[in-house]
Amino acid sequence: MAAAVEKIFDDTVTDRETRDKTLKWVGTRAPRPDGVDKVTGRAKFGADTYLPNMLHGKVLRSPHAHARIRSIDMSKALALPGVKAAVNRDDFPDHPEGAVQPAGEMVIDYRDMTRNIMAREKALYEGHAVAAVAAVNERVARQALSLIEVDYEILPHVIDVEEAMKPGAPLVREDLITEGVEPAPEEPSNIAKRVEFGHGDLDVGFARADVIIERSFKTQPVHQGYIEPHACLASFSEDGQAELWCSTQGHYVARGHCARLLQMDVSKLRVTCSEIGGGFGGKTVVYLEPVALALSRKACQPVKMVMTREEVFRASGPTSGASMDVRIGATKDGRITAGEAILKFQAGAFAGSPVPAAAMCAFAPYDLENVRTIGFDVLSNRPKVAAYRAPGAPLGEYAVESVVDELAKNLAIDPLEFRLKNAAKEGSDSSYGPKFGPIGCVETLETAQKHDHYLSTLKPGQGRGVASGYWFNIGGQTSATLNLCEDGSVALVVGTPDVGGSRASLAMMAAESLGIELDKVRPLIGDTSALGYNMLTGGSRVTFAGGIAVHGAAVDMINQLRERAAATWDVPIDDVEWHGGQAVAVNGYKDQEGPMGMLDIAKDMAKSGGPIVGRCSTNAQGAGPSFGCHIVDVDVDKETGKVSVARYTVIQDAGKAVHPSYVEGQYQGGAVQGIGWALNEEYIYDKNGKVENAGFLDYRVPVCSDVPMIDTVIVEVPNPTHPYGVRGVGETPLVPPLAAISNAVENALDIRFTELPMSPPRVLAAIESAG
Amino acid sequence: MAKKHITTTINGDPTEFLCDTEQTLLDVLRDELRLTGSKEGCASGDCGACSVTLDGRLVCACLVLAAEIEGHEVTTIEGMAVGDQLHPLQQKFLDHAALQCGVCTPGFLVAAKALLDRNANPTETEVRYWLAGNLCRCTGYDKIVRAVLDTAAVMRG
Repeated sequence: MAAAVEKIFDDTVTDRETRDKTLKWVGTRAPRPDGVDKVTGRAKFGADTYLPNMLHGKVLRSPHAHARIRSIDMSKALALPGVKAAVNRDDFPDHPEGAVQPAGEMVIDYRDMTRNIMAREKALYEGHAVAAVAAVNERVARQALSLIEVDYEILPHVIDVEEAMKPGAPLVREDLITEGVEPAPEEPSNIAKRVEFGHGDLDVGFARADVIIERSFKTQPVHQGYIEPHACLASFSEDGQAELWCSTQGHYVARGHCARLLQMDVSKLRVTCSEIGGGFGGKTVVYLEPVALALSRKACQPVKMVMTREEVFRASGPTSGASMDVRIGATKDGRITAGEAILKFQAGAFAGSPVPAAAMCAFAPYDLENVRTIGFDVLSNRPKVAAYRAPGAPLGEYAVESVVDELAKNLAIDPLEFRLKNAAKEGSDSSYGPKFGPIGCVETLETAQKHDHYLSTLKPGQGRGVASGYWFNIGGQTSATLNLCEDGSVALVVGTPDVGGSRASLAMMAAESLGIELDKVRPLIGDTSALGYNMLTGGSRVTFAGGIAVHGAAVDMINQLRERAAATWDVPIDDVEWHGGQAVAVNGYKDQEGPMGMLDIAKDMAKSGGPIVGRCSTNAQGAGPSFGCHIVDVDVDKETGKVSVARYTVIQDAGKAVHPSYVEGQYQGGAVQGIGWALNEEYIYDKNGKVENAGFLDYRVPVCSDVPMIDTVIVEVPNPTHPYGVRGVGETPLVPPLAAISNAVENALDIRFTELPMSPPRVLAAIESAG
Repeated sequence: MAKKHITTTINGDPTEFLCDTEQTLLDVLRDELRLTGSKEGCASGDCGACSVTLDGRLVCACLVLAAEIEGHEVTTIEGMAVGDQLHPLQQKFLDHAALQCGVCTPGFLVAAKALLDRNANPTETEVRYWLAGNLCRCTGYDKIVRAVLDTAAVMRG
């Protein structure tokens, strides 16, 4: 038995090129199992589930950026006919300091989370939930909200990160002592944490530099911008058991958060993930879900809650805006001698910005002797930030890659050549600690150098920019089950919501590992009762970790299939192998009546030992880091300041593209989100700390006419720890665009922008002041 | 307030419903008729996820009052395939992997069909401007535009 298992892994890890040629499904553009449901309108998203006797829940939100809540009187709302329940801070137990749990790429602090889903002592940002009601319909629910009386003591607020760091700034949390500073400060501040990464000696490095460039950058927070607002439906029964349907990136994670916030057994809550209409990190946390459950528990009726778009902007996401200082030195021949970055990130109203990841990724594309990054996690009166695709990395690399570009220009070295001279490679000490294994940084740069886009001539007035990007990718807890059906077909059950084709890629790996036809594998996403724990869909982990679990389940199933065949033939199991979807006797044993396929074994399952179920539950390790390099050409309208992207190419290492179409889709989607971030998207606050552009009309994400086709090149430097060589691909595409576009604008105008977005008014002002 | 009785045609079927005068067509399609293929992304006509046609004209169902459709014909994503035959646009969206999460897909398909009904041979620019009222945050639009152009080519024969 062991021999056959090893053989499968041997095939997949060594001699990969030979094996790749024999792959039947992995690497193809197979039909997507959930596709027809999604083109016919049949697919059920978060707001598409209805239950008999269902109520509608609505949230009352703070109109103030910062206010102490003296009292909340819900009696008039509760007296309104049709109102069935109301909740506020008193309905959620408090959690002690330090009730912390890692969750994907962010860390969850339940003391903060319970305050974020429902304000306790203070409302900390405009849009902060203060109370909620459930009523027979939405109209009555809205009317009830207007009857809730909240007595606020309005407090001074702070929005900007630099302002928030100043002594004397209004304190978002009065008792916050900065972590990571020795000795600990005596006075509280809005600085939640200081982190530092690096190695070598900066003074020595900068002393060796012929050129040193130092710049300060500033960016505004941007929203993940998923098209589907947060939505859920909760049903609590009188015996304390509950069901929840919701749009989430992780229904197991949502279950854990809700059970903890509501102090119930995790096992008593069953969560089913709907189809998810985009998340990008923003649906890794809970907002409405615990509130809907609390309302349903009180009303003993199902409660549906759906955010409006305005609520999505005011109360969910976004990612951090940042202030960043970067200093890099290099020798005349283009070797970086030292790099330093100081990153100050807005966390929103609660600690936990992605500044540690930003600090770790900022210099990751480079092999540096002397490097240091320092990050500050800073509170302000904004919504608590949520993960957004490679959380933090786009910002740090925007700043570093802008300075790298300026250095290359200063030294008259081609920007790709400059990056290649300093590129991280296998064996390099990463800027944040570990030594890199096999990585594709050099390969992406070399591919860019040879690409037709880079070799093409720019039109008059256009500018070209390039930038590299890096993201770690993660693995994590994952379970998968393969159930052999009586007709020989296979039901694959996984526990990770499918944000962009993972049912296709996981089914393809299952069919490949089992050696059967793809249309004999039906992938489904199970609810939380169907499988062991699954970490959420995030960290670009699903095709990587899910692939390991699916392959493991296939190996488990194959071993059982071999056992059944061996028993049928009465030969030792070690003399039965699995080839091409069939059990074959070897070593001189003869299989009776030919090899046994899935159907042969399935139809006699009952007699040969009962159901055959392949299982794998694992904590997947060895995620492969992913590098990308983007090339972009821009036109700048000097009359209006509008920057248009004329041509865009994404080059990225996928390890192995299981379904190339959906890998390309990740590259293209990330690039266009980056175009929006670089050129248009930002939160605009008024002097009272209120968001002025909480809608898609005024918060402008790229539309179809804003962008060109996005060319892609999939580089494949296999990840040796994955059976098919997969790295994650979903997040790295959002890392390079900010710098690549800024570098292109600089190339077009000879003006270096250090602030995002490069929106028409900002660009026009810069053109005019440059004369 | 008394509800209003509306008689209309939806996806070719005679349909009656009762609605509040404040309810939008999108509210009624989803909450009363359970035609949930039309999505609410913004309720302000900015995202196009609720695109339907009203007497053949492309509209956002969130900007039409339900009472306004009395005597008119509405077509939604649920009316696009005929029996088990997908519309060529639906098939091409699948072939080109023109969807990731899929929540904007019904709106894009309805909008793209409205384009091809008027213009059998659109340029890439025409496709991009016609679809500029439909937001997609996943795909970067590349594969959507390719799917629409390819459908147009196939339908022209």
